[in-house]
Amino acid sequence: MATLEEEQTAKRTLVEMSWDPITRIVGSLGIYTKIDFENREVAECYSTSSIFRGYSIFMKGKDPRDAHFITSRICGICGDNHATCSCYAQQMAYGIRPPAMAEWIINLGEAAEYMFDHNIFQDNLLMVDFCENMVRETNPSVWEKAKKTQAPHAADHGYRTIADIMTALNPFTGEFYRETLHVSRYTREMFCLMEGRHVHPSTLYPGGVGTVPTVQLFTDYLVRLARYAEFMKKVVPLHDDIFDFFYEALPGYEKVGERRIMTGCWGAFNDPDVCDYRYENMSKWGRGMFVTPGVVLDGQLVTTDLVDINLNIRILLGSSFYDDWENEETFVQRDPLGNPVDKRHPWNQTTIPRPQKREIHEGGKYSWVMSPRWLHQGNHLALDTGGGALARLWATALAGMVDIGYIKATGNSVKIFLPKTATKPEVEFEWQVPKWSNAIERNRARTYFQAYAAACAYYFVEKALGELHAGRTQTHTPFEVPEEAIGCGFHEAVRGVLSHHLVIREKKIANYHPYPPTPWNASVRDVYGTPGPYEDSVQNTPIFEENGPENFKGIDIMRAVRSFDPCLPCGVHMYLGPGKTLELMHSPMFGVQHA
Amino acid sequence: MAETVPYGMKTQRPPDIPDVHVIWMTGGLGCDGDSVSITAATQPSLEDVLLGAIPGLPRVHLYNPVLAYENGDDFMKYWFRAERGELEPFVLVLEGSIPNEDIKSEGFWAAQGTDPATGQPITIPEWLDRLTPKAAAVVGAGTCATYGGIHAMQGNPTGAMGLADYLGWNFKSKLGIPIVNVPGCPVQPDNFMETFLYLLYQVAGLAPMIPLDDALRPTWLFGKTVHEGCDRAGYYEQGDFANEYGSAKCIVKLGCWGPVVNCNVPKRGWMAGIGGCPNVGGICIGCTMPGFPDKFMPFMDEPPGAKVSSMMSMGYGTLVRGLRRLTNDTVNKEPSWRHRGSQLTTGYRPRTY
Repeated sequence: MATLEEEQTAKRTLVEMSWDPITRIVGSLGIYTKIDFENREVAECYSTSSIFRGYSIFMKGKDPRDAHFITSRICGICGDNHATCSCYAQQMAYGIRPPAMAEWIINLGEAAEYMFDHNIFQDNLLMVDFCENMVRETNPSVWEKAKKTQAPHAADHGYRTIADIMTALNPFTGEFYRETLHVSRYTREMFCLMEGRHVHPSTLYPGGVGTVPTVQLFTDYLVRLARYAEFMKKVVPLHDDIFDFFYEALPGYEKVGERRIMTGCWGAFNDPDVCDYRYENMSKWGRGMFVTPGVVLDGQLVTTDLVDINLNIRILLGSSFYDDWENEETFVQRDPLGNPVDKRHPWNQTTIPRPQKREIHEGGKYSWVMSPRWLHQGNHLALDTGGGALARLWATALAGMVDIGYIKATGNSVKIFLPKTATKPEVEFEWQVPKWSNAIERNRARTYFQAYAAACAYYFVEKALGELHAGRTQTHTPFEVPEEAIGCGFHEAVRGVLSHHLVIREKKIANYHPYPPTPWNASVRDVYGTPGPYEDSVQNTPIFEENGPENFKGIDIMRAVRSFDPCLPCGVHMYLGPGKTLELMHSPMFGVQHA
Repeated sequence: MAETVPYGMKTQRPPDIPDVHVIWMTGGLGCDGDSVSITAATQPSLEDVLLGAIPGLPRVHLYNPVLAYENGDDFMKYWFRAERGELEPFVLVLEGSIPNEDIKSEGFWAAQGTDPATGQPITIPEWLDRLTPKAAAVVGAGTCATYGGIHAMQGNPTGAMGLADYLGWNFKSKLGIPIVNVPGCPVQPDNFMETFLYLLYQVAGLAPMIPLDDALRPTWLFGKTVHEGCDRAGYYEQGDFANEYGSAKCIVKLGCWGPVVNCNVPKRGWMAGIGGCPNVGGICIGCTMPGFPDKFMPFMDEPPGAKVSSMMSMGYGTLVRGLRRLTNDTVNKEPSWRHRGSQLTTGYRPRTY
């Protein structure tokens, strides 16, 4: 096999190119590649994160009630997802269940977070890669075509041609760019109504919320929600137009950022009617979530069971700056159902940082990100989150369990219903399971999930008002911190799977390991040599950019990476190094020749 | 004879400099929450500043990795140009705390960009050493950059610290401006943009030295405590305390540190006057303070100092509350002369009807 590959690669001329930092994402990420310009594809890719902060270390010995305040600070754009997930884990450990009103308030806050975060990322960060300035710089012929292409949904969004949409996306000067920035503000106001502050909430606690439920609270939210629904009736067709245009203008564009369909979703929006936070019942209440948890492998749904999801998480090392914890303490031998818990499971992880020189090559250590994997039939799968939305819609669609009036999962699609708004009639959008897990479909799913979150929020407002009208306004369940306990929380951060694993001893944190989406997506080559999702989706990405190595922007690579909605407040830096032609390659295993 | 100033130009003095550059480093130990936060600001908004909507401002060029159009080298070139003195003047904003890179033999905790000479990442302290002597002003955005914050918590592995811990509390920029700290976890959006605007005016010669307190915070934003601006402070005065989350009363007994924390959030709200902390049911955990987080943990316990003062207010406040309830009952009733019928009882004596 190795010999064969040697022969295949023997004649390739690869140019080493890197982007560090990658901008317009949250955090610090670097992408290092070797590009085959002759065959117009990326041959190798390494992703690196340049920041270590050490949450799992400094949380040890702290009061577990501080955990959600602290872990919120992991992320500056979806910190509230962490705070929420931490409260879920704490509630399991403390054996409590918040009042229904609190759950609806949290769901409304989290729905606002999805609405805000997907919106600002999509149209103020990611879509800059599709704006007039960028397209003219990287693909002048595509720009010429865009000027001549009528937008199929012009009547819905008001932009006559695809080029008009691209111009509206130019940073700061573009009309639609500025509109979305404005939308990102009132959606954050919706969040602040429910959880006090964005991005680190003030009113969220284990056991519920401190928010005072009033008629004013829900009215203030609802009027903004209606404004957002009106906005989404324009945005979904607008994005469909531009994404469909790329498939049409650049045949083969479905290969950009494509990888095997292997997505994970840990579920979002608990239903207070079924969720009691008891581990023993987790399979049941997990399936009651308004976004269904699930792993989709090669287009098939392989599980919707949170216990199954939990037990098969493995944290591998390989190319990261950490020592192994094989000889450290095992905190949890068995889960509350009696199932054995692996040494490489987050409950049993001990984080031992070892800062060292960065060696970006096969077998080298080059990142502060570890390699989370999901064990399935003996294989450690490098699941990705599809930037969050893709995995959520995919699992929800195939599971076919969500049916709340505003949303219906059909088994192969998700129907989203938005009621009448000021100037637009009611609208139904249908997200169809796509053919590929690629850059365009991750981006398209994000837009549809914005609508999904809005539709859910209509439902949550109705449920919350129902509690209010019935006089059930209690928002918090009191608790005592137990001497010893374990807990786990499962949630969807905006960009994908989020889990928090907690071990309490002597009323203090003995172990705490959060696993946000980016460690999954930005993970590096593990001990088995399996690359992480950014790495393998960039590898084999064809190059459509019209620029040569001299003024190469790497736009197709940027689109592949950004489609995952990278969020490495542990660092993503992309830097376009000077093109350097490497010697003829004799094996795919050679090291990077450092300058 | 004085030069004729055209109509419409008389009221506006042009800035001393046509352009100002802003190098915003997010590479400290942080979460980028402050960059995200400023996109929520409206007073002024980012686009107000960048598109020149504010009178008197020089043209502002912002280089922030969360918002930049460019990538990689195209983006990092501004850092190198600033170092070579080719971006004059520039304001340096740091986000995230500064790890101690001297406590280990190799590797890095936090870095941004790659050193072309070594192929290794350039650490944040190294960037500060390169850029702070050349900056017109140095600004800390958020509590990590200003004082160390969460990542400088006891037991942390990186030895993280804030700007003044690293540069010295007496540091002055080449324009003679001390470090300007805008703490908050994250920074309140308008607090930052307002301070930023002030500094731009100052660099442009349109405002005097920015007034700062001992912790290098703008005095007009951090001169008062949370409690002094909290709309629940009235409950405290009346000795009326919440004993469960979700109550609309004063939450000091549930862990709120508002009476001793310098911050204007309850008064200003989080954005557009909405949200906040104790004013909307969230305990103040002291996130703007140099002692954050350790001196406020465990967050959900009553602050030790509050026990005494709340006891005193309960004695006095219970009495006051009782008396106010009586008055309140009285003023909740309309005067007796508002009624139907053939008699006028308002006190007016009609002479014509």
